[in-house]
Amino acid sequence: MSTIDDALVWLNDPYNWTGPGGVLELGAEHLRMTAAAVGIAAVLALPLGVWLGHTGRGAGVTILVANSTRAVPTFGIILILATTGLFGNGAAIIAAAVFAFPVILANTFTGVHGVDRDVRDAARGMGMSGLRIVGLVELPLAVPLIAAGLRTTIVQVVATIPLAAVAGGGGLGQIINFGIGNQRYGQVLAGGLIIAALALVIDLLLGLVQRAVTPSYLDAPRGGRRRRRTPQPGPARPVPAGEPGRP
Amino acid sequence: MSSNPWFSWDYVQTNWDDISARLVEHTTLTIEAVVIGFVIALPLAALAANVRWLSGAIIGTASVLYTIPSLALFAILAPILGIGRTPVLVGVVVYALLVMIRNTVAGLAGVDPDVVDAARGLGYGRARLFWTVEMPNALPGVITGLRLATVSTVALVTVGVVVGYGGLGQLMFRGFQTFYRAEIVTATLLCVLLALVLDLLLWALGRAMQPWLRTRSVA
Repeated sequence: MSTIDDALVWLNDPYNWTGPGGVLELGAEHLRMTAAAVGIAAVLALPLGVWLGHTGRGAGVTILVANSTRAVPTFGIILILATTGLFGNGAAIIAAAVFAFPVILANTFTGVHGVDRDVRDAARGMGMSGLRIVGLVELPLAVPLIAAGLRTTIVQVVATIPLAAVAGGGGLGQIINFGIGNQRYGQVLAGGLIIAALALVIDLLLGLVQRAVTPSYLDAPRGGRRRRRTPQPGPARPVPAGEPGRP
Repeated sequence: MSSNPWFSWDYVQTNWDDISARLVEHTTLTIEAVVIGFVIALPLAALAANVRWLSGAIIGTASVLYTIPSLALFAILAPILGIGRTPVLVGVVVYALLVMIRNTVAGLAGVDPDVVDAARGLGYGRARLFWTVEMPNALPGVITGLRLATVSTVALVTVGVVVGYGGLGQLMFRGFQTFYRAEIVTATLLCVLLALVLDLLLWALGRAMQPWLRTRSVA
């Protein structure tokens, strides 16, 4: 098939990688935008999630928000933001952060809130203050879920940023957008493969990080979730979309 | 500079034919994708729930596919399947699979083993056991999977505009090109509304299929 040949030719041309507006340059921009979006979301969602989880407030709302944001098309939000003067990159970063926020929030909340009541009681019985309970007991026990949430979020943002190109911004989506605009479908295919590979590699690396920060005795997020501590209704599983599904 | 409102009834009324055509496109594509996805996901989920060594392979493959960003997946499919509806349909079916498989598997895994044992003791065969005992008991999981898949499909279809078929996404993109906010906002709101309506319908379907759930809410 000639399109596939075209894609291979495009991928084999070093200029497409190192030249101005090449894969490396766009990829770096892509990662910077991802970091910005995740950073904004994490700075807001992590403390809030810890606080809500510690106090046990807002369980229903947190889960509801996390689940209902699925219904909002990211694409529409990016374009709406783009018409406010925040062209391409800014619009995509803010939109990605908006959609990353509830995922981090819900996972942090569930992680902190789901800490065994007995453990918390024991800490209190030992005379720990609320702050020490958060720092020494709840957070360490919540790390696996928080890490899982961050991984999901980062992969989701890496997948959202390509849409910036449609709204006039940069990032790797430009390769696809340019290819479509000029009917160079080999380039479209090459761009798709590059972005797909980036997402898969990042997911894989984050999976390794996640495993590293999860103590073996807490190897919960996979099967262990079934013995639920806090009874939750059906789809309350807080890790919605890209939840790491390891074979 | 003339006014660029966020919303305009005028726009909606004058362009209703166009808007409703896109809405119908969007709705039919979503329903078709969910139905196809379900038909593929159900046997895979049943297989994954019963054959241990296959479950890793099935869910793993679905997860890898799910990790691929939508724009990238459409960009990979479009040159092969041609610009237009087909790559979008195939793409959203692929995404729907993981959510449906995983929730169905979870539903099947949650069936009380005593109930299955009792049915087996009554002499139920494999197929009868699956359809009349396991499936009804796994319905909450199955319905949850359908609902999540439907809602995310509605949002995903909009990205299809990149390969020429985005339903309401088409309006969003045109609104962006002409810098007319009301068009983007209208299409976005209709998307959310469509997702909510379909979600509600599936919820109602789930309730209707599980008359034994009277007071317990399975959200």
